[in-house]
Amino acid sequence: MEQFKLYLSDLNLSYKSKDLSVPVIENLNLTLTSGRITVILGPSGCGKSTLINALAGNHPLDGGSITFESGKNRIPLHPQTQRIGIIPQNYGLLPWKTVEDNCELLLKIKNLEIDEKRSEFLGELYERLEISSLLKRFPKSLSGGQAQRVAIARAFALQPEVLLMDEPFSALDAITRENAREIFLKEWEKNKPIALLVTHSIEEALYLGNEIIVMKSPKGHVGFRMDNPYFGAYSKESKYLETVDKLRNMLRNPQKKELDDHV
Amino acid sequence: MFKEKNQQYRLFLFGFLTTNFIWFLFSLIYNTSIIPDPIEVYRRIPVLLGDGIAVHIGYSLFRIGTGILLALLVGVPTGISMAYSTRIQRYLYPFIYFSYPIPKTALLPVAMLLMGMRDGSKISIIFLILVFQVVVSVRDSVEQIDITTYQVIRSAGATRRDVVRHVTLPAILPNLLTSIRISLGTALSVLFFIEGYGTKFGMGYYILDAWSRINYIQMYLGILVLALVGFLLFLMMDLLESYLCVWNKN
Repeated sequence: MEQFKLYLSDLNLSYKSKDLSVPVIENLNLTLTSGRITVILGPSGCGKSTLINALAGNHPLDGGSITFESGKNRIPLHPQTQRIGIIPQNYGLLPWKTVEDNCELLLKIKNLEIDEKRSEFLGELYERLEISSLLKRFPKSLSGGQAQRVAIARAFALQPEVLLMDEPFSALDAITRENAREIFLKEWEKNKPIALLVTHSIEEALYLGNEIIVMKSPKGHVGFRMDNPYFGAYSKESKYLETVDKLRNMLRNPQKKELDDHV
Repeated sequence: MFKEKNQQYRLFLFGFLTTNFIWFLFSLIYNTSIIPDPIEVYRRIPVLLGDGIAVHIGYSLFRIGTGILLALLVGVPTGISMAYSTRIQRYLYPFIYFSYPIPKTALLPVAMLLMGMRDGSKISIIFLILVFQVVVSVRDSVEQIDITTYQVIRSAGATRRDVVRHVTLPAILPNLLTSIRISLGTALSVLFFIEGYGTKFGMGYYILDAWSRINYIQMYLGILVLALVGFLLFLMMDLLESYLCVWNKN
């Protein structure tokens, strides 16, 4: 498997609304590697979603750069040159397209032909995500869990090099959520693309992140970084619970000094 | 589904009967030739065929259709660009806001002088009445589209054209069809006004002509035809909507 890297260098982003522009991320430096899921944990308003948007090419950079490296080749990340899969908070399914058309729309936009090989791949993907029987339905008629699985399928249908997720499981009930995380992880492990997940759920960060980063408000600096030994598990060990506690305290008191300590 | 249809037929039948009953009552109360007995009117329906009513309907539909088509061709792109560009919005909005309430029918003399007495001025008036409605409705429904709807498609490198085709146009379709439906009603009622000059064809002309000849039965026949055409157009819109917006059903 070829190694990809994503460099975020001196990244500056501001949150923009109609008559207001607030800097939310200042001089962020971060390197993401394929084969690992990086989770950014932070309270709402710390610029997590803005970061995801910027990576997806939906938000202008105030400064710095986002570059994509494959082999010796390093180029600015751009939605038209790389395959970027995204799973947004409310799934972002187009209500006027069937499940199947939703999943295949991005391929169409990228001019990726659905030949025999790809259609076989898609068929298996739909099968694994248990949406084969939903293909002709419209999003309005789907349950939350079904819509979530469709959103995951759509992201993986693109066979992405970069996978971005913005609180993807937050709208589901507890059981469905656990199920969806598991399905997602299984799918990711097939190709292990570069993956960035932003969330405010500690449990989710510990389950889905090889690496966990806590963002510091209000400037969006990296406050804390850890390699996560609990990846892919919900542990009951006391050490696990200690880690949960520690992260919770950081989220609660983002300004506190202990953020700069390392484990 | 079948039950629903059945209910619709009943609703239609009930509406038809009540309207005619009230009409009948009025004809009894006033006992004047300007409100003839509905049965008398219905008995004379064959007269319509002799008058070549199809030609009149054809002319009116052509004027309405062209007016609506032009209003859509101008209104949809204008509404979309207003919603997407703050600059265009800034320049156009005051104009739209200011001129929306001006009764466009009052511009008829101007339209007549500039566009002539024939279809030019008639279509212009229909266009003017509808285009503002379309612009405002399109702009509003584009602004209601959820931002995340764009997020996914843009992250795949969608061009502006892709976005308009896959997101904007389908998203505004239900509201657009509603505004066309309203437009149709307006356009039909304006016929009476714009087909009163410079033509010998059209449903509006047919009614006005019968009126001026004090042939009230024929006038009512014209009104009946106008109502029927309007009803069929609405039915057509319903069908179009259930076909194009299947996804929007609950």
